[in-house]
Amino acid sequence: MNTEQLLGLATGSVFGFLLQKGRVLRFEKQLGAMLLQDMTIIKFMLSAILVGMVGIYLMADAGIIVLSHKSMNVGAVIIGGVLFGSGWAIMGYCPGTSLGALGEGRLHAVFAVAGMIAGAALYAHAYPFLKTTVLAWNDLGELALPELLGVSPWSVIAPFWIIVLVVFLGFEKKGV
Amino acid sequence: MRSHNHTGGWSPYVAGALAGMLAIVSVYATTSIMGKTAYLGASTSFVRAAGFLEQALLPASGSAEEYFSKTRITVDWQFMLVLGICLGAFLASVTDRSFKFEAVPPVWSRRYGTSVIKRGLAAFAGGIVAMFGARLAGGCPSGHGLSGIMQLSVSGFAALAMFFVSGCLVARYVYRSR
Repeated sequence: MNTEQLLGLATGSVFGFLLQKGRVLRFEKQLGAMLLQDMTIIKFMLSAILVGMVGIYLMADAGIIVLSHKSMNVGAVIIGGVLFGSGWAIMGYCPGTSLGALGEGRLHAVFAVAGMIAGAALYAHAYPFLKTTVLAWNDLGELALPELLGVSPWSVIAPFWIIVLVVFLGFEKKGV
Repeated sequence: MRSHNHTGGWSPYVAGALAGMLAIVSVYATTSIMGKTAYLGASTSFVRAAGFLEQALLPASGSAEEYFSKTRITVDWQFMLVLGICLGAFLASVTDRSFKFEAVPPVWSRRYGTSVIKRGLAAFAGGIVAMFGARLAGGCPSGHGLSGIMQLSVSGFAALAMFFVSGCLVARYVYRSR
């Protein structure tokens, strides 16, 4: 194994450990969020985002790392997003959590993993067609929210923190 | 905010905040060790797995070649990260004895029965649709949701909103109790 692969394995192991300890991997937790009954995975995600965004923007400001925005291709994000959400609801896993669920013994996740590999192959075959259709419609490029609003990143991060903390208080009050 | 939840795990706030720290360390580590900044993600690795399988089973994959060569079918950092998630989850579940073999999830069997084949077919079909969508959108809840929103990417916010809204609507339809 080379250094890059070892680093990936180590990072993934810690990530998987935390996902499992937060009980985020389970089918019932994923569905619980989609049925608005158990917000565990949302709490986990938003907590990670709150902490991560501060560190990432501090490092980006210092020139230590570079940001890498995914392209805001309007049709692709909307159609792809709707398809992903539908499939996610039926299988009860997302790509990262499916492997984690397998690790904690949920053997049925193997069907989801197999389906996702098949879906990736299908996409690769459809790519030449998609490239000239959906992907060619309207690509806004690698756009960041602060750029779009014409403000500094910290003027987005501060209100984002406040909004998320209010949402957390709401979750705890409702007991979800 | 409770430090432990009723399932015996850690508070999702604490585990999530630690995952946020991991994301920071990981972005720094990939930049300084690999010379390129890599963000947490998962769905590209499924393309690589599909690429490996196609190359092994049908050497001339024709129409898929363009996307596979664009993605570069190698065992890279993210591929090992995804395998690591499985390993890390195994270790975590063994240490607190929450590891459990399960053939059909209870939420599913309450609505659709205990047939493994039925559950397997649904999960397989759901997987196809979800991964096709993730690749079209350019990422999954890790790449778009976590990494995208951490960077305040417009596509991250938009994709996660689409994922969640359509997930909620379909889940209500598929799993509402009769």
